[in-house]
Amino acid sequence: MSAFWALVQRDVRLATRVGGGGGMAVFFFLIVLSIVPFGIGPDLNLLTRIAPGMLWVALLLSALLTLDRLFQADQEDGTLDLLVMAPQPLELTVLAKAISHWLTTGLPLVVAAPLLGLMLNLPLDGMLPLMGAMLVGSPALSLLGAVGAALAVGVRRGGLLISLLVLPFYVPVLIFGVSASRAALVAVPGDLGGQSLLLLGAVSLASLVVGPVGGAAALRVAVK
Amino acid sequence: MTTSEALNTLTVTGLACVRGEREVFRDLSFRVGAGEMLTLVGPNGSGKSSLLRQIAGLLDITAGEILVEGSRDDLSVADLALYAGHLDAVKSPLSVIENLGFWAQFYGVPSEKIAAALEIFGLGHLGHLPAGVLSAGQKRRLGLARLALIDRPLWLLDEPTVSLDTASIAALVDLMQGHLQQGGAIVAATHVDLGLDGVRPLDMGHHGRGEHG
Repeated sequence: MSAFWALVQRDVRLATRVGGGGGMAVFFFLIVLSIVPFGIGPDLNLLTRIAPGMLWVALLLSALLTLDRLFQADQEDGTLDLLVMAPQPLELTVLAKAISHWLTTGLPLVVAAPLLGLMLNLPLDGMLPLMGAMLVGSPALSLLGAVGAALAVGVRRGGLLISLLVLPFYVPVLIFGVSASRAALVAVPGDLGGQSLLLLGAVSLASLVVGPVGGAAALRVAVK
Repeated sequence: MTTSEALNTLTVTGLACVRGEREVFRDLSFRVGAGEMLTLVGPNGSGKSSLLRQIAGLLDITAGEILVEGSRDDLSVADLALYAGHLDAVKSPLSVIENLGFWAQFYGVPSEKIAAALEIFGLGHLGHLPAGVLSAGQKRRLGLARLALIDRPLWLLDEPTVSLDTASIAALVDLMQGHLQQGGAIVAATHVDLGLDGVRPLDMGHHGRGEHG
């Protein structure tokens, strides 16, 4: 397992160094959500209603923003060859890279979300469900995204291609995520929030398998 | 070799390579045993890099077979071979020590070996510099320091001397000589005569027909 953690540690370190792009997702998240109230206008009720949806859409787009470099940076400097050749199973390597992507993208966004929720007039009692849902759902974004990033690794400026490949798979995360986040805000029949959160967890768990296996298969094709 | 993993033979039989519908080589057969070195020579595009990548498992084999046999049956190419390609696999934002430290951790090598590996290529005093400020030759040396760090019996080297100065080439030759004496094997594509003993050349230039080594 030391190989696994070595890779996680290295990627987190790279993302936080100058030019690593670690802060990029957070700033993008901040900028997108800052301009929403300007576009919508100062209708506080309307902002409250759309807040969970806007926060989730911004989360998806911010996560996508940094995905194109997930494997491409390693491919460009030859590291990917050595990672593919290494004794550690490639699935674990992909998992390690997805985890470090989540640590440097998903987690900071979850932490920043309540602050930006305030700008969208998200009530205080809606903060905790929002953060909880994002915490459960955001790993799926990094894990599923790793498959897209691996498929597009050989493509110059593959960011758009990754979006096309990955966004359809993000839809369940978006639906259950928003549903779980807004349960505290609007009256919903039954325990819709809890059920959505469970389904969101299921999507994340399924991605935990699909991401590493699919990503590794795509990488093996990509290096050859 | 300090590890129990040793190479018996690398056997290549009837190997062919097709890239972009162009046949690069075919019917390539050779054997490399412990303590032996094979130098791949031939003009650009004769398939030297492709052959090395095929052995490393980084390129599909069109026809033929590559057999890397270790001292134990359960050893795969990943346990036996180390590949050093055109690219140095060096991360610019990380320091020299952090770069090598990652590979040490990734391959489960004790971190005490990092300093010695850096010293071989005279990088010891640069340890805390970001790799991004290194010259091309220094980056190459940092990449090659992995050979000293990670204990693998079969080295696959693609133009290892590119951008190295004379002193560094001498250090590399010393390292390779030591590796061969300890029962390691090397397959290297190079245009430079490294002056190593017992090296067999394999001419890849025969337009698709390799020679039997």
